[in-house]
Amino acid sequence: MQIRTVSGDYIKDLLASGAREDARDMLDYRKISIAPGTMPNAEGSAEVTFGYTKVLAGVKICVGSPMPDKPDEGNLITSAELLPLASELFETGPPSPEAVELARVIDRGIRASGMIDTKALFIAEEKVWDLFIDIYILNYDGNLFDAGTLAAVAALSTARMPKYEDEKVIREGNLGRLKTNNLVTSCTFAKIAENTVLDPDSNEEASMDGRLTIANDENAVRAMQKGLMGGFSPKELESLIDITFDKSKELRGHVARAKGD
Amino acid sequence: MGGGEKPELMINGKRLDGRLADQLRPIKIEVGAVKNAVGSSYIEWGNNKILAAVYGPKEALPKHVQNPEKAIIKCRYQMSPFSSLEDHGRTGPNRRSTEISKVTREVFENVVLVEQFPGSEIDLYIEVLQADGGTRAAGITAASVALAASGIPMTDIPFAVSVGKVGTDLILDLNKIEDNYSDADMPIAIGPRTGELLLLQMDGILTREEVKRGVEMVKKAGESISKLQSDALKASYEKTIQKYQK
Repeated sequence: MQIRTVSGDYIKDLLASGAREDARDMLDYRKISIAPGTMPNAEGSAEVTFGYTKVLAGVKICVGSPMPDKPDEGNLITSAELLPLASELFETGPPSPEAVELARVIDRGIRASGMIDTKALFIAEEKVWDLFIDIYILNYDGNLFDAGTLAAVAALSTARMPKYEDEKVIREGNLGRLKTNNLVTSCTFAKIAENTVLDPDSNEEASMDGRLTIANDENAVRAMQKGLMGGFSPKELESLIDITFDKSKELRGHVARAKGD
Repeated sequence: MGGGEKPELMINGKRLDGRLADQLRPIKIEVGAVKNAVGSSYIEWGNNKILAAVYGPKEALPKHVQNPEKAIIKCRYQMSPFSSLEDHGRTGPNRRSTEISKVTREVFENVVLVEQFPGSEIDLYIEVLQADGGTRAAGITAASVALAASGIPMTDIPFAVSVGKVGTDLILDLNKIEDNYSDADMPIAIGPRTGELLLLQMDGILTREEVKRGVEMVKKAGESISKLQSDALKASYEKTIQKYQK
């Protein structure tokens, strides 16, 4: 833990002098890449890297039952796995609170944006499509919220839609794309002492006091989550929302390119 | 074994994917796929896509699992819920993955010089991202490379592949559909230096003669698998050398 403190001080001193460890500007993303369709057994998939952070999202679409309170809607089920393979910091066992928070925040952005019309996932009475999104962390170097959202959105945007015919699911052959309506992305900020940076890496996350994730589409804010003990002033929030609207153009551009639009 | 109508798995000496009886699927191995790990590898074996990563040796925790004479190996084999073309799988360990984790760990307990790290643990993670039959064999082959890349001393670099039976034919390296409908399946891991069988499982029906021939087929296939393993390791060192020669 001594090492963590030392590197934490180093990060703080650097930021105070206006610099980041990897020479990025405060509001720069690292190099982002999206590879869609890497796991063709899944209906949709995408591998996303933010610098050394590597996230794989897999989408499976299966026949299920509707929730009792929403009999005419399909289900969206988002999970996240902080694989122990991805970092010394992750442990085997049931999902940690961090993994659950990650999955729920990604889910909220996608759900609130209406990217997936759950009513369109209705098949017949008592029969709907279950849309599973699994976020697999393959290497951890910070900012899993934005990388996870981007991977999920890229996987959904390029997913094929199975058919249901004669009580059978058809997953291969001539299939159309899953219909998506809207493009949501998220921007995550780390507050470290007096400074706020976009897209924190793992060293920055280890020394951050507060974290703020803002998910938006072209027009509106769709989900937010503040994490850790550090607070943000209403003024800071306003300015970070403005920055998010600006920066999200870049993220939507990555998805559009991955889709081949 | 699978439900539904059994497909014809061998037609005129060729398999459904066009392979001959003793032919491996295409295999690609890459070292260093997981940056944070001490050693790692990525294998594409036919349509299987698998990541293997090693962490440690480090202090074994909880304390009561420590062995004052040697390191313990912890191994977790897991399939992603989106790995198959069928329905969404369940997350978390099940009886199958628990057994595979155990027999995989035992392969490496044989070759890792665990006595050099008393009180420690070595963590081995095998994540099957996409599955098409033979994932335990591909996982062991990948894990061997990840361990070798981690620099943890070993006496051997095991490889694994399965052999099975369709009618009267023995076939090497079963894919998913062959695995589902074959008459026998026998995954084997071998330490090529000693030639010993480090993993051996079988179900179905085989004569004594067929078992013998099956093991021979695996040993022969091992020559090319071992070469792919060492080529991947060499390539990773060459990459490092190039980096520092610049």
